[in-house]
Amino acid sequence: MVGGNQLENANPLIYQRSGDRQVTAQDEDEDIPDKIDDREIFDLIRSINDPEHPLSLEELNVVEQVRVKVNDGESTVAVEFTPTIPHCSMATLIGLSIKVKLLRSLPERFKVDVHITPGTHASEHAVNKQLADKERVAAALENSHLLEVVNQCLSARS
Amino acid sequence: MAAEENGVWGLVEEFVSGQQDSKAAEVATEVKAGRCAVLQVVEALGSCLASSEPRTRGRGVQLLSKVLLQCYPKLTQKEVEVLVLFYENRLKDHHLIIPHVLQGLKALSMCETLPQGLAVSILKAIFQEVHVQSLMQVDRHTVYTIITNFMQTRGEELKSLGADFTFGFIQVMDGEKDPRNLLVAFQIVQDIIVKSYSLGPFVEELFEVTSCYFPIDFTPPPSDPHGITREDLIVSLRAVLASTPSFAEFLLPLLIEKMDSDLQSAKLDSLQTLNASCVIYGQKELKEFLTSLWSSIRREVFQTASEKIETEGLSVLHTLCQSLSRSVVGSDGEDVLDSFLSCVLRDCKHHLCEPDMKLVWPSTKLLQAAAGASYRSCYKITTNVLPLLLEQYNKHTQSSQRRTILEMLLGFLKLQGKWIHEEEDENALIGFKDSLCTVVYSALTDPNVQLQLVGIKALTVLGSLQGFFSASDMELVVDHLYRLIVEKDARNHLAAMDASGSLARIYPSSFTSRMVPKLSEKLQTGQMESSQERALFQCQNSLRQCCLRALSAVSTHPSIVRETVPLLLHYLRHAQKGSVLCAEDMISVCQSLHLLAVQCQQDTESLWYYHQTVIPCLLALAVQAALQETQSQAESPVLLDENVLTAMVPVISAACSHLSPELLTPSVSQVVGLFLHGDVSFLPENSFPRRFQPFQGESEEKQRRLVALLMAFVCPLQRNVEIPELGCLLQELLILSISSRCHFAYTSASKCFAGLVNKCSAGKQLDEVLCNAMERIESGLVDGLERTQVLTLLLWVTKALVLRYHPLNTQLTDKLISLLVDPELGPAAADGFSLLVSDTPDVLNKACHADIRIMFRQRFFTENVPKLVQSFHAADEDKKPNYLKALSHVLNSLPKQVLMPELPSLLSLLLEALSCPDRVVQLSTLTCLEPLLLDAAQILSLHMDTLVTKLLSLTCSSPMAVRIAALQCVYALTKLPLHVLLPYKMQVIRALAQPLDDKKRLVRKEAVAARGEWFLLGSPGS
Repeated sequence: MVGGNQLENANPLIYQRSGDRQVTAQDEDEDIPDKIDDREIFDLIRSINDPEHPLSLEELNVVEQVRVKVNDGESTVAVEFTPTIPHCSMATLIGLSIKVKLLRSLPERFKVDVHITPGTHASEHAVNKQLADKERVAAALENSHLLEVVNQCLSARS
Repeated sequence: MAAEENGVWGLVEEFVSGQQDSKAAEVATEVKAGRCAVLQVVEALGSCLASSEPRTRGRGVQLLSKVLLQCYPKLTQKEVEVLVLFYENRLKDHHLIIPHVLQGLKALSMCETLPQGLAVSILKAIFQEVHVQSLMQVDRHTVYTIITNFMQTRGEELKSLGADFTFGFIQVMDGEKDPRNLLVAFQIVQDIIVKSYSLGPFVEELFEVTSCYFPIDFTPPPSDPHGITREDLIVSLRAVLASTPSFAEFLLPLLIEKMDSDLQSAKLDSLQTLNASCVIYGQKELKEFLTSLWSSIRREVFQTASEKIETEGLSVLHTLCQSLSRSVVGSDGEDVLDSFLSCVLRDCKHHLCEPDMKLVWPSTKLLQAAAGASYRSCYKITTNVLPLLLEQYNKHTQSSQRRTILEMLLGFLKLQGKWIHEEEDENALIGFKDSLCTVVYSALTDPNVQLQLVGIKALTVLGSLQGFFSASDMELVVDHLYRLIVEKDARNHLAAMDASGSLARIYPSSFTSRMVPKLSEKLQTGQMESSQERALFQCQNSLRQCCLRALSAVSTHPSIVRETVPLLLHYLRHAQKGSVLCAEDMISVCQSLHLLAVQCQQDTESLWYYHQTVIPCLLALAVQAALQETQSQAESPVLLDENVLTAMVPVISAACSHLSPELLTPSVSQVVGLFLHGDVSFLPENSFPRRFQPFQGESEEKQRRLVALLMAFVCPLQRNVEIPELGCLLQELLILSISSRCHFAYTSASKCFAGLVNKCSAGKQLDEVLCNAMERIESGLVDGLERTQVLTLLLWVTKALVLRYHPLNTQLTDKLISLLVDPELGPAAADGFSLLVSDTPDVLNKACHADIRIMFRQRFFTENVPKLVQSFHAADEDKKPNYLKALSHVLNSLPKQVLMPELPSLLSLLLEALSCPDRVVQLSTLTCLEPLLLDAAQILSLHMDTLVTKLLSLTCSSPMAVRIAALQCVYALTKLPLHVLLPYKMQVIRALAQPLDDKKRLVRKEAVAARGEWFLLGSPGS
């Protein structure tokens, strides 16, 4: 491939996108409360853009519904994500995007935990530690360059 | 004479020494009127033209040029000659004078009497004496105008200059920077090339002097008065660059270089320019660059994130292959197209073997773009790719992979249809027929729904390729489709029906012999079993529905229609007699019949057959049911169920709306006779126990309901079809619409009346009918018992008249507006406004050939909204919601463009409507506001405070539909200009935290979308 800006992984495996969630009669019934479930959380993060490909995290299989755990009653969310290659330099950035998306989209009562699927990345612990550290996340978002990349990941694709 | 001369002298004096610019116009008027010759002006100027002071000389030349610009059509050849000589000399004069000299030359360039040879002489003088690029913008523009003028009128003369002209112009425009001048200059270059002026040895110079602007990087200043956009410049430069094959050797390397740019816009421009120029290039120009062009195109398509760039890249490849295909194979036998395609195949083919990887689709698209270019490229690529894909299909066993492979295959198959007619003897596909069939059949029997679906599509494409399937193949195909339609839990039955429909058009006999009988059998047996076992009922029911739909779906050929229509009617008759079927079944038969009618509408023969068969049968069944003796008044035959009758309406309408008057006249009088006089002679099986008299005063409601069928028949007729006994019919309908107690009957009667009134030609009869109706409406509204019926009639008649701009419509609408304060009818009247402005499915629409003037909604809006607004302000507090509701219905139906200018006056009302407790008003106001937010930024930004507060408070209000609409509006707000929004950012984000925890998921979804967008506002990277 010609061109200066080489991609780390130019021809990744593509996974199928799940369709939009079917709206059921129950969803439209005013009186029945809908609990926040795994699929709803997955829908929040599946369309996040990958920082280097014009593909969503779902299409790259970075996030999967089975790796999302939510407990509405206890107000906790845990998301595991899997970088496409073990040395992916974008892992922290992807984790940060997921975390920011969830912080912006979930009620404040939730405790959000984002980490790498065990055994899928070379510097798993370091990345997990950064993502779990509230102050470091806040500091990262003060950095306008980082914020720009995160916002790009979170923008609706045109 | 002397006096006049003195006059000119005086004017000249005042212009030159007195510095009075207006005097020039006066001199010009003198000359134009013939009171003074140009020569005299020159004489008068004599001293100042010879003055040693450059400013005075300039002033003199300026006056002369101004006069010439006004009077050039009057100049004689002799005068022109002298003036040209004079001006050419002046070009050597002081630089202050040059602009005025150019103005004079411009005037002379427009002169028709300019003698042969002088154009060349003027241009030579300009090229020699003037350094154009050191002039002001306006003066440079004058030079371009002079050149343009000469090129338009004296092209042949300029061509005699040979390449000198081109060279002269290159020097003139070299370094031009002003976009206004560039547009003219580009046009001149394009003319030089297109009108084949000699370029001589200056091809490269001409290319350089224009291509240095590529890619155009120009942003017009804000509030630019000239209105030149970047797009204008891009397009005109592209026209220059892509105007001649001689530029190829310079342009192609430039484009290849610019395609590598980091700027998306530069990439896009390069690709588009490449596309435009490849159209005129042939093998000779392209050959040398093919390798690098291909690698650039491939890189763009493989790597890009932008769909636009991908599309352009593919389109360039397509054009490239087309140009190569056009060129004749050279005498050395080297087929450039062939080697280029081999190159493309080499780079793309291996990606096709990895159906899970990202590059599989870009590679496929590249190959398909190349294959779509010509027969030769299609043949070469198909013969290479098809075996590979077939092999891959068998190699991969997972359904998802097979689906990808089959989808790629489908794309290549579709391209075949494009070329197959051209060269029938050499069909690339025939050799692969067996393996293709095997693959497609295997997809059709695969349990994976998506794979099946692609299989069905592939089947349709193969079937549409002439001569691909033999009759015996078709039998197998039809069997497969039949299985897919009736299979238990079939998820693709709709797709299979569509496929059957399109294939039945080509192979009707295979379907009449193999599918129709089987479907009919299935329909019958399904019916038998259903009565026996309750558990099976549901399953059988859906199977029957499916068979019914399929029967109508395959009726795409007249011969099939003749088979399926009797089947469906038989089924309906059977249902009526046995009364096993519930209303739902009847409705699905009617839906099938309707679908069938819609398919026949283009084909008069089928439609006429349908009309003659279906209408008498349906009417007979309905009359039979209405006259049946029943034990109790409450028990009524299924056929008379409102829903069943409503389902019959479109069936009858579809059979009437498209036939010509000659064919229809007899059946119209039969149907009118049936309803007015109970004449049943044309109905099959017409021995009824009693007379059918739906309009008789004492007739039962059961008979009256059938007026819906009358409406279905007479309302959709074309306006030139005459309806016998129209006056009588209208009178009866009017009486029935007021006197009936049954909602369905009186509504149908009102609709039928309205439908007929809408099409009545204006005249005495119409006036009488309307006058009569008005009287009844007036008196009916006073009387207590029938007010609801009268309101219904009023609404429908108003609608009929509003549509055709009948003068009475104002009176009727006013009546409706006055009813808004009525304690009993107010809310219903308010809802009625939605009826007035919306489209109705069964009557008074385009399909029914109703008299609908264009823009009736706008007219209704301008006439009535001021009244509504006025009455709203005058109304009591408890009546206000009615007005708001009526208003929001009217506003909702209007196109945005119409609403926009009225918005300032209505906005306060809309904002008030947001606080109205009525949820219908809230919802329709929100739906009305949402699109406006995108376009009326200016006006809305003045009301941001109120808007934001009210919207946010609605995001937590009671009905979920309102919460959702409010959140969608909050989302739409983000499209307003940033500076308006930023002050509210934190407030909105905080307020939206609450709906994030809404109990309904659908609300949370909108809240997430809106809040996410607000977070991005003014933040880097958004």
